[in-house]
Amino acid sequence: MIFYLFAILTVAPAFVAVFHPNILYAALSLFISFFGVAGLYLLLAADFVAATQVLLYVGGILILLLFAVMLSPKIYSPTFQESQKRYIVPSILGVFILSIIVFSIFKTNWNVTLVEGIFPHTVSRIGNLFLTDYLLPFELASILLLAALIGAILLARSSEDEHQ
Amino acid sequence: MLQDIFQYWPVLQTFPFWVWSTLSVLALLFLFVFPFAGVAVYVERKIAGDIQARIGPNVVGPYGILQWIADALKLLLKEDIIPKKADRKLFIFAPMIIFMSGAASFAVIPFSENLILANLNIGIFYLIAITSLVSMGVIISGWASNNKWSLLGGLRAAAQVVSFEIPVALSLMTAALALGSLNMVDLVNAQAGMKWGIFHNPFMLILAFVYYISALAEVNRTPFDIPEAESELVSGYNTEYSGMRFAIFFLIEYADAFVICAVSTTIFLGGWHLPFLNYAHIPPFLHIPLQVTIFMTKACFLLVVMMWIRWTLPRYRVDQLMKLCWEVLVPFAFICLLGTALWMVLFQGKGFIELLGGLF
Repeated sequence: MIFYLFAILTVAPAFVAVFHPNILYAALSLFISFFGVAGLYLLLAADFVAATQVLLYVGGILILLLFAVMLSPKIYSPTFQESQKRYIVPSILGVFILSIIVFSIFKTNWNVTLVEGIFPHTVSRIGNLFLTDYLLPFELASILLLAALIGAILLARSSEDEHQ
Repeated sequence: MLQDIFQYWPVLQTFPFWVWSTLSVLALLFLFVFPFAGVAVYVERKIAGDIQARIGPNVVGPYGILQWIADALKLLLKEDIIPKKADRKLFIFAPMIIFMSGAASFAVIPFSENLILANLNIGIFYLIAITSLVSMGVIISGWASNNKWSLLGGLRAAAQVVSFEIPVALSLMTAALALGSLNMVDLVNAQAGMKWGIFHNPFMLILAFVYYISALAEVNRTPFDIPEAESELVSGYNTEYSGMRFAIFFLIEYADAFVICAVSTTIFLGGWHLPFLNYAHIPPFLHIPLQVTIFMTKACFLLVVMMWIRWTLPRYRVDQLMKLCWEVLVPFAFICLLGTALWMVLFQGKGFIELLGGLF
């Protein structure tokens, strides 16, 4: 029952985000959608992932998104959706990604019995797994983030030099 | 947690559990958060008066002590104005987000070992996540007001909060590393006696200051209140708000200020622990009052320090603020994180006080 509530809370704002003409409303409906996803994680007893979802997507990414929206010109009439939309390439890409997701949904073995009763401590287990079984992906992700950081600094630097 | 309280007072079992949890949430909001913000405003005005060599509120009641009730009534009775050209829905929505996040952050404040609304495993992490929502509300309110001062205030708030979240999160992470938990009650219990977080190692001492400064900036308190700088932006993001909605902004500002003081107390000042005070020797029914008193004393001390800072230091400029964050606080936080990790490896995770105790 609660699952359907969270599912609707996730999916309905996502539709609004895609179709709403006002870009700020689209961003704000993403806000609700992210909360729905966090709720779904909570239902799966993944409290740490849920808090991370709120922290990163709502507290970080969405604020940067709004920040970018507000720095763009004509923010008080934000009909950013272009009149001549390009439909073909995005829809092909979308169908492609959707097929991958559907394929992996059907391929995964869902015969997992959930642990009933007391809420397990997820944080320490996640930490242990990161530093043992999943060390390589963890390190790769951190190198990727480091590269992104250095790239961002380089971009910021070069624009600063032009001003001087 | 609550089961313990249930054992001491069997009378409570006449009502089911959910009644008590709802009641305790409401009680926390109406009996603690709202009056506390009011009293904090009064105390702040008195301190401001003392610092600036004037009297401060002195008309309503003896020593002006009822001033905060008068202020609250005034705010409640004022006309609620929504500007014609404002974005109505978002204008109403923004204070709601701010209120939600401000109230939700109180859920994990450990007033006492058994007096904590939600003893989450990820308490401190939840707190970082939920306080980051405030800036969301601030941005929306700035945009929805359809006013350039508000918009600039909202933009400044976004930039400031996103930047200062990094040193805050790093210092909380280091504290979790040193004390070995994310759970608020476990964090406090790891600091029993003299083993306060601030004395754990030299790096934690620096970090306590890094956390306090950057948390000040995160809740937009002076000297970091550039989102609502009166001399530049009228009143910043809440310029267009009046009456009850303005009261919510005002209230949550003080509530958040208390939250960061409470978190500083929890992770650096040992929560409800005092040196040479062993709770094993004290009868259990005294635990809650004693712990709440000690915790609140420490938190209120930090709050007074915050007011003292507010009325003695001038406001930072925007670029100085960003420079402070990225060139001072973030490097310090990283050095302290690495230093604490090194300390944990070198001394098998023992704190300074513990090592000192081992010498004798």
